[in-house]
Amino acid sequence: MRQLFIALVACSALNAHAALKVVACEPEWGSLAQEIGGDKVSVYTAITALQDPHRVEARPSLIARARSADLVVCTGAQLEIGWLPLLQTQSGNSKIQTGQPGYFETSSVISLIEKPTAIDRSMGDVHPAGNPHLHLDPKNIATVAPALAERMASLDASQAAYYKQRAQDFLTRWKEATARWEKQAAPLKGMPVVVYHKDLSYLLNWLGMREVGALEPKPGIPPSTAHLSELLEQLKRTPAKAVVRSAYNDPRPAEWLAGQAKMPSVLLPYTVGGTDRAKDLFGLYDDTIARLLAVTTGG
Amino acid sequence: MQCKWLCAVALATVSTTALAQQSEIEELKRRVEELEKQQAPARGTGTNAFNPDVSVILQGTAARSSQDPNNYQITGFAPTGGEVAPPRRSFSLGESELVVASNIDPYFRGQLVASLSPDNTVEVEEAFFQTLGLGNGFTVKGGRFLSSIGYQNGIHQHAWDFQDPPLPYKAFLGGRLDDDAVQVKWIAPTDLLVELGAEAGRGREFPATDPNRNSAGLWTLYGHVGGDIGDSTAWRAGLSYLHASPADRPMDVGATFTGTSSLWIADFIAKWSPNGNASVTNLKVQGEYFQRTENGDLTFAGTSGGYDSKQSGWYAQTVYQFMPRWRVGYRYDRLSHGTVSSNLTAAQLPALLTDYNPSRNTLMVDWSLSEFSRFRLQVAADKSRAGVTDNQVLLQYILSLGAHGAHTF
Repeated sequence: MRQLFIALVACSALNAHAALKVVACEPEWGSLAQEIGGDKVSVYTAITALQDPHRVEARPSLIARARSADLVVCTGAQLEIGWLPLLQTQSGNSKIQTGQPGYFETSSVISLIEKPTAIDRSMGDVHPAGNPHLHLDPKNIATVAPALAERMASLDASQAAYYKQRAQDFLTRWKEATARWEKQAAPLKGMPVVVYHKDLSYLLNWLGMREVGALEPKPGIPPSTAHLSELLEQLKRTPAKAVVRSAYNDPRPAEWLAGQAKMPSVLLPYTVGGTDRAKDLFGLYDDTIARLLAVTTGG
Repeated sequence: MQCKWLCAVALATVSTTALAQQSEIEELKRRVEELEKQQAPARGTGTNAFNPDVSVILQGTAARSSQDPNNYQITGFAPTGGEVAPPRRSFSLGESELVVASNIDPYFRGQLVASLSPDNTVEVEEAFFQTLGLGNGFTVKGGRFLSSIGYQNGIHQHAWDFQDPPLPYKAFLGGRLDDDAVQVKWIAPTDLLVELGAEAGRGREFPATDPNRNSAGLWTLYGHVGGDIGDSTAWRAGLSYLHASPADRPMDVGATFTGTSSLWIADFIAKWSPNGNASVTNLKVQGEYFQRTENGDLTFAGTSGGYDSKQSGWYAQTVYQFMPRWRVGYRYDRLSHGTVSSNLTAAQLPALLTDYNPSRNTLMVDWSLSEFSRFRLQVAADKSRAGVTDNQVLLQYILSLGAHGAHTF
C-alpha cells in the first residue's frame, strides 16, 4: 500500500514536470514549436511535407494524439477545414477547442494576402479568409514566433522565461538569416514563374517574383489537359523562367509543361521535410532560395 | 574655392534630406506594421462568423434492373422495410440532405441532418448535441444520430463508396442504425487510438420495435483501435455489440417475432497512399463481419412457437483511385442463412425460412471533377432473392453545396 502511494506520488511529481504536448497541424509549425520549446515540449506533427495540407484525413492516430495534446498549433484560415474540426470534436479534449488557449491559429496574428472580395465555389476551393500558406514569408514566421512563445508560456507558466528566451534567440538568428536570404535572392526579383497551386504566393511576394500562371485551373481543382494546353499557349505570349511546384504536388503536370515550354521544373520543399536539406525552418529557406537561384544561373 | 564650399553645402543638404526621407519611410513602415497587428486579431477566422455551417447534398440516380425493385427481398432474412430495396427504375431523385452544424457555446456542438426524400417527405436523419468541454477523452452525444457501431454505420450515405449499403447492413440493421439515443465515448490517453463507447436508445427502428417502455429498448457497446503503419497506411479495427428486445416485429407475411436480438460486428478499414498523399493515387480496403442471434417466439396464423436463429454475413470492398478524379471499386457481400430452428416450415414462411445464402457482386467507377461533385457508374449482379439474379446498372450523381464538410476517416 505504501509502495503504491509512493509510486503514485512519484507519478504525479513526474507529471508536473512533463513536457508540454504540442500537436502541430503542419511541419512548419512543428518545427517552430520545437525551436521555441526546446526540451520542455514534445512535438507531434500531424502531416509530412509530402502530404497535401488541404487533403488530410482525420485518421485514427491523429485523434489519439489530439486526445492528449496541451496545445494544437495550426494555420487556420480554413486550411485544415476538412480534418481539424473532427480532431477537435472526436478527441474528447476540451483544451484544444476553438477559443481555448490550447488552440493556436498562426493566421490569427498575420494579415493574409489574396483575400477574395467575392466567394463562390465556381472559383474553386477558395479560402474566404485569404491565402493560408503564410509560412513562406520570413516576416510572418518572425511575427508568429513571439505570439506562439507567449501562448506556450501561458500554458506552461513554470517554463515561461525559458520559452521567451528561446523565442528571442530564434528571432535574432532568424532576422540575420532573413537579411542573408534577401541579399542572396536579389537576382530572383521580377522572375516570372508558373506555380502549381497558390501555395507559394507569400514566397513570390517576398522575393518580388511574378506568378504568370497556375497548373490548377482553379484552386483545389486538379490540373486538366485542356487547362495545361491553354497555359502552354499563354506562355508563348508571356514566357516564364520555370515551373515551380511544392514537394506534395503531383510532379507529372509540372514536368509535362516544363518539357513543352522548354523551361526547368523546380521542386521546392514547401515546408520542413520537403527535401533533405529542409531539416528545419532555416534549411527550408536556404534550400528554397538555392533551388530558385539554380534557375537563374542555369545550374 | 567657393565652388568647393557650395558643393559641400549642397551635398550635405541632399544627404540630410535623404536621411530624413529614410527615417520617414522607416516610421511609415512601423506604423503600417502596427496597424496590421491591430487589425489581425479582429478578423473572424471561423466559417461565416456566427452563422452555422450549412451544406446541402444533392443526389440522384438513373437505374435499370432486370428484377422489379418493388419485389425486393433478401430470402431467408427478416424483411427490414422498403429502405433497403435497390433504387427505383429510370430517373429518380435520391435523398437530398440539408446539413446544419455549429458550435452552440464553448460546451456543446450541435448538428442537424434533414433528409428530404424523393417521395416528398422529410426525415430527421440526425439531430444531436455533443459535448466539447468534458475533457479527459470523454464525449457525450444525445439526440438522434447514426450509431458508431461497425465502420460504415456512422458514415452518411453521400460519402459511401457504393450507392447502396452492403447486404449485412440491409439484413441486420435495415440499412443502418439511427436511433434516438445517448452515447458516451471515451478515448484512451495512448498514441494508439483506443476508443470505447456505449449507446442506449429507445429502439425506434429495426431490429427493435419502439417498445413503449420506461427504459432503453436498444443498447450497444463498441470499441475501436487504430493507428498508422509508416507514413503511407492508416488503419482502424473494431468490435461492436448490439442488443434489442423486439416485440411483435413483422418477419414475413403474417408472422411476427417477439424475443431478444443480439448482433456482433467486427470491422476493419485500411487506407493506403504513397507517402500518405492521397491526391494522386490511393487505396482503401474495408470489410465487416456480422453475426446475429435471435431467440424468442414466432407467431403465425394465430399460433405461436419457438424461433431461434444464428445468422451471419460479411462484405469486403476495395476502392482504388488510379489517377486524380478517377476511382474504381469492387465489393463482394454475402449472407449465411445459418441455423434457424422453428416449428414452422419454409413452405409456410418462404421469405424467412428458406435455407438460402444471398450474395452480390458490385463494381463501380466514379469521377469527381472537384471535391464537391461526383458521378458514379455502378453495376451489380444481385442474388438477394433465391433463384434469380438481379442485374443492376445505375448512374448516380452526388453534389455538395455550401460549407466544406469534414469527413470522418
